[in-house]
Amino acid sequence: MQYKSQAVAKPYFIAAIGLFVGQILFGLILGLQYVWGDFMFPEIPFNVARMVHTNLLIVWLLFGFMGAAYYLVPEESERELYAPWLAHAMFWIFLVAGALTILGYLMVPYAKLAEMTHNELLPTMGREFLEQPTITKLGIVVVALAFLFNVGMTVLKGRKTVVTLVLLLGLAGLAVLFLFSFYNPDNVVKDKYYWWWVVHLWVEGVWELILGSILAFVLIKTTGVDREVIEKWLYVIIAMTLITGIIGTGHHYYWIGTPEYWQWWGSIFSALEPIPFFMMTVFAFNMVNRRRRNHPNKAAVLWALGTAVMAFLGAGVWGFLHTLSPVNYYTHGTQITAAHGHMAFYGAYVMINLTMISYAMPMLRGRTAANSERSQVLEMWSFWLMTVSIVFITLFLTGAGILQVWLQRFSENPQGFMVVQEKIALFYWLREIAGVVFLIGLGTYVASFFVGAKEPEALPEGAAASA
Amino acid sequence: MSQTFTKAMARNIFYGGTVFFLLLFLVLTFDTTRALPARDNRAALTPTVAHGKAVWEKNNCIGCHTLLGEGAYFAPELGNVYKRYGSKEAIIGFIKSRPVEGIPGRRSMPQFNLSDKDLDAVAEFLKYVSEINAAKWPPNIQG
Repeated sequence: MQYKSQAVAKPYFIAAIGLFVGQILFGLILGLQYVWGDFMFPEIPFNVARMVHTNLLIVWLLFGFMGAAYYLVPEESERELYAPWLAHAMFWIFLVAGALTILGYLMVPYAKLAEMTHNELLPTMGREFLEQPTITKLGIVVVALAFLFNVGMTVLKGRKTVVTLVLLLGLAGLAVLFLFSFYNPDNVVKDKYYWWWVVHLWVEGVWELILGSILAFVLIKTTGVDREVIEKWLYVIIAMTLITGIIGTGHHYYWIGTPEYWQWWGSIFSALEPIPFFMMTVFAFNMVNRRRRNHPNKAAVLWALGTAVMAFLGAGVWGFLHTLSPVNYYTHGTQITAAHGHMAFYGAYVMINLTMISYAMPMLRGRTAANSERSQVLEMWSFWLMTVSIVFITLFLTGAGILQVWLQRFSENPQGFMVVQEKIALFYWLREIAGVVFLIGLGTYVASFFVGAKEPEALPEGAAASA
Repeated sequence: MSQTFTKAMARNIFYGGTVFFLLLFLVLTFDTTRALPARDNRAALTPTVAHGKAVWEKNNCIGCHTLLGEGAYFAPELGNVYKRYGSKEAIIGFIKSRPVEGIPGRRSMPQFNLSDKDLDAVAEFLKYVSEINAAKWPPNIQG
């Protein structure tokens, strides 16, 4: 760690991992409710567990992004963070607000929570992923602004690099687009139209800038490849991201009451959305192959390569699978969407966070570059357990989705939703088993922070003899 | 990438491409906004429907159901439920009759204890949504 203030990243990373564990536990509850309909009913109905599952995901990814920014911005800017105290204060505010919101979901009926928080004054609740009470949303805006100010001032006063510039663009976009969550017209079509300005333009737009810049940072650090080369790649990747992704929003405007020409715009541009992800894969492997040194943190390099591959598979391939409007006509709102969502979020955003945590955490805990051999081996086991099980979750949900489409929408005698759900229950059971393996992988991941913590650091390949 | 393709060129493609496609997106949004009145059934947007949307949101219906295909995939599509059930009364009857303790071993909608006013409003809201021109989606009545 080159700058003292980088240490503020540590609590952010720890909170991220803690909330990640919570997210997965609720994921398992949801998976079980798919096949055991009254599991935990009526105490924790499906909609509540789902809210907790998705909101925990969003919050922990944001914690991870913020931690990543606090770690890499001082190092890139070659100066201390502008206001470390502000980063600490915002950490606690965000954590407490997040925890209270989740507790609110679990302790009182949602309608009651809406009344308690006076949703009627500025109704924003009850829309997918934006279920947070309005007051929480305002809190998120405050935290985001304070965070942007802190990081922005550090960049302004220090060295400006492409990595920090792209990161800032992504984070600023994240904050600005979130403001559309406050726009909730009575007109359902308009509501949905602008809802996607938060959801799509986040995950298929500005978040990819954040992803790209963090990946570029870790690759610069671990491969020693010339910054100029990496920055050029970064520009090309994010150019393709926004060139395809902005109009690609149209793939959500096929069936919500918007004009039919969106079927053309959406199909063509979103069919190109895999390109930046494919480039990211080529980029990551190229840089690692051209590395000028062997970094002792092999786990971090594995995560970085894994991110590139899995983001391409989950967001790119599984997105393309159902993005063309004639296909989407049948798959829209089925388990196919769920399959894509799981692998895309894991591959792109979970893994980039784990990449950064894997790279930074050893230094934050007082190591010079890497964890011990034993700790890294365990971490790499967790990589494979989680990654392979998400692949299986995705495959099982895809199987469920194909059958659902066939039985409910495509065959000559379409059957009712609930009838079909029972017929495809086997796939849900298999998905749940894969989910349990994921939890084991996550447990292994957490354990890797404790196992081998007292053992000496791993050495880069080829350096063992001289040590 | 070779030396003929410089970082400055990559940067210019990024800024130029982003600005161009952002503006194109805004133009399409403008055109969509002009086209919506003919499609989005806004004539039916009464205060009752607006209240129905508030009831829909306040009870987090989207946490289990899809509406025009968006939402959760745990329970049936409701964008066309008015057509599937045939009447507001049938929708209201279904919501009202959910058992408090659920159905053993099966998925069940919670009992939300909605007032008659809320029930009528949410049914009216679902009727309004079913009459939005959604480009012939869903493929059939099952949603």
